[in-house]
Amino acid sequence: MDQFAVKVLVRLRSSVLDPAGEATKSASIKLGAEGIKSLRIGKMIEVKIEGNGENEVREKIDLLCDRLFANTVIEDYEYSLEKL
Amino acid sequence: MGNFTVGVVVFPGSNCDRDVSWALEGCLDIRTKYLWHESSDLSDVDAIVLPGGFSYGDYLRCGAIARFSPLINALDEFVKSGKRVLGICNGFQILTESGFLPGALVANKNLNFICDDVELDIVSSKGGWFNNGDEKQTIKLPIAHGEGRYHCDSDTLKKLVDNELIALRYKNNPNGSSFDIAGITNEKGNVLGLMPHPERACDEKIGGTDGLFTLKSLILK
Repeated sequence: MDQFAVKVLVRLRSSVLDPAGEATKSASIKLGAEGIKSLRIGKMIEVKIEGNGENEVREKIDLLCDRLFANTVIEDYEYSLEKL
Repeated sequence: MGNFTVGVVVFPGSNCDRDVSWALEGCLDIRTKYLWHESSDLSDVDAIVLPGGFSYGDYLRCGAIARFSPLINALDEFVKSGKRVLGICNGFQILTESGFLPGALVANKNLNFICDDVELDIVSSKGGWFNNGDEKQTIKLPIAHGEGRYHCDSDTLKKLVDNELIALRYKNNPNGSSFDIAGITNEKGNVLGLMPHPERACDEKIGGTDGLFTLKSLILK
């Protein structure tokens, strides 16, 4: 069995308003940061997972992302995978 | 109301389960039974309410974890059999997360947790959940949510409109919901999800009785 470290990024789709991102953008500007054009907040999920090779692990992660980690009505996801 | 029994689902973090039960039993004389989320035996209930609250702490997304409970797994057959399911607030979020209703509920536009009475237009009485008679009617129900902004894509919205699946719309949209949507039904009409709390509007002494009709309609066949 191989072990992999997976980092999943879950983001609100661009068509979905992100009020938390807007509020943080507003605070960033109050802090004095200039030039911020947009700020959106997502989630990162780190998973350590075992499997027989990368393909098998990708299948598991695809299922997890599609069915649990992200709600694809409102969110997109992507992930990177590193063999340990 | 005879032997008709409404199952009130209790998740870890549900906090409106007792309110729903009180409203059904105390105000409407409808028998209720609490259903723990790990139960998958729905054979002795005739309708189900998914109450408000914060199931599983609302971890990941509201309703996302509840979707994987044995009870929600058993709900598919219950819904297909035509029995009635009412999802209130967190219950609505669970119904969208688990695919019984389209769309999703996301953080309110202004980020506030909104606790207020709101005026609602009854748009459709599909499934008999609302009394709209011949004319469009307005009711007043309490809302209490931080993540009640209904969102769906334009194709889904068109389908909701064309098939008369939009049950309730906010008169003064408090949370930024698409098309002012406060509640929707499935195509068959036996599943209703709404953000307002009908169980908190079942007694004149505590804020009106506009919620009675919806709870009473649980016993419709």
